[in-house]
Amino acid sequence: MDLAFFLIQLLNGLQYGLLLFLVASGLTLVFGIMGIINLVHGSFYMLGAYLAWSLAGLTGSLAAAIAVGIPLTVLFGMALEWLLIRRLYERDHLFQVLLTYGLILVFEEMRSILWGDDVHGLPVPALLNVSIPLTETLSYPVYRLFISGVCLLLAFGLYLLIQKTRLGMMIRAGASNRDMVQSLGINIKLIYTLVFAIGVALAAFAGMINAPLSSVFPNMGGQVLIICFVVVVIGGIGSVKGAMAASLMIGLADTFGQVLVPEVAGMIVYLLMAVVLVWRPAGLFGKA
Amino acid sequence: MAELLLEAQGLHSFYGVSHILHGVDFSVARGETIGLMGRNGMGKTTLIKSMLGLVRPRQGSVRVRGRDMTQTAPHAIARAGIAYVPEGRGIFPNLSVRENLVMAARPGVDGRKEWDFNRVMATFPRLGERINHGGGQLSGGEQQMLTIGRALMTNPDLLILDEATEGLAPLIAREIWNIIRTIRASGIATVIVDKNYGAVMALADRSVVILKGRVVFAGSSNELTDNEELMHRFLGV
Repeated sequence: MDLAFFLIQLLNGLQYGLLLFLVASGLTLVFGIMGIINLVHGSFYMLGAYLAWSLAGLTGSLAAAIAVGIPLTVLFGMALEWLLIRRLYERDHLFQVLLTYGLILVFEEMRSILWGDDVHGLPVPALLNVSIPLTETLSYPVYRLFISGVCLLLAFGLYLLIQKTRLGMMIRAGASNRDMVQSLGINIKLIYTLVFAIGVALAAFAGMINAPLSSVFPNMGGQVLIICFVVVVIGGIGSVKGAMAASLMIGLADTFGQVLVPEVAGMIVYLLMAVVLVWRPAGLFGKA
Repeated sequence: MAELLLEAQGLHSFYGVSHILHGVDFSVARGETIGLMGRNGMGKTTLIKSMLGLVRPRQGSVRVRGRDMTQTAPHAIARAGIAYVPEGRGIFPNLSVRENLVMAARPGVDGRKEWDFNRVMATFPRLGERINHGGGQLSGGEQQMLTIGRALMTNPDLLILDEATEGLAPLIAREIWNIIRTIRASGIATVIVDKNYGAVMALADRSVVILKGRVVFAGSSNELTDNEELMHRFLGV
């Protein structure tokens, strides 16, 4: 493997990992703060991809589709939390799994009714549809670098929001003692609604910006959901920091696995999970 | 009589199937200090939680500043000027000392901003030395100061202290009592639940004694201290 080839795989692995982080961070936040196992989280990724495809068709550009789509997904997330998810906080995980699994079926059916069952492609925005030549034969697409950069910015923004703002303090406090937060005059229900909507919007955004690379197809949320659960488990349930570390690990392991050991590439992330769990049963940053 | 900040009437509360409160009346007027007494398991904490919206009473009403808030969300009751220092302290161990305080900051009901970060620091210099420590790393006494400081950051008109000195070394407990005296002198009404009945009654304008979910005594603290029979029967002293 020469250097340029290695560099390409490294960048691909990081890009995939950072994209996974956007989806997995919402999953781990919703579990860590509200205690909800949210199986329907992958559907938000799918929703984002389909919204990007249909809105880009209407507006003519992916950027415009994202600008219109993100507020829609935030509202969608808030409505979903308000209507259904908040009924699960006091309940057992079994109820959570039943409702959120049921929602996957509902959203797949809605997708089929609204958008059909075809696979769709979305062009890379013209401005970013260029490549950086690395050698005479190899080059690297700028759009992938762009995705990595945007994901890094969002991850940093999420870090600032949670660690440095008062809202972030309230969110973290809510994870440790819900009643006490309320008795300080803070509307915890509103905070939960916001956290859920942030998670929905991040997953949908990941689906939107990745749509030109992954294409848009039925059941695309399921694949992402499973891999995101692997991320959450490896990172330690509820830990955003852990989700970042695990996303990057999985992105790199999966990408290099497909190149170096293609025979077992499909298993490699699960092997990684098994190894991490033997070493640290609560995940990298999890509390035992 | 001064404006009633908090007024509970005929509260009946349950935990699951056990009937904890049997028609309790309780009230706090502006600036008043009330000792809420009774042995363990008599319903003091349940009464407090029922008034704060954390436990929903099955019967009875809770009025805050004259407004019925029996079914109101706990955060809205807190925003009516009531701060709570719960038994077991309720600090956020995953937040730093600074964050525990800053997240709670808000002006009082009438826009008062008497208590802010700097004043809490001046009142609790020990917290200043620990400002960037995690809440979970503090000693019991420091945690108690943090919970009281955090409650003051909301600029309350009424502070409810549930077992504020429980489990603290005598010297630290004395420090907490001094702080409670300072808070009382600043005009904030207080409800004090504490095993140290002597210290409570020395501070309280009125005392309320609860026995098995019923109020068995409500009156001036002197009346209670002078009556050895009551003290013995209700409080086991």
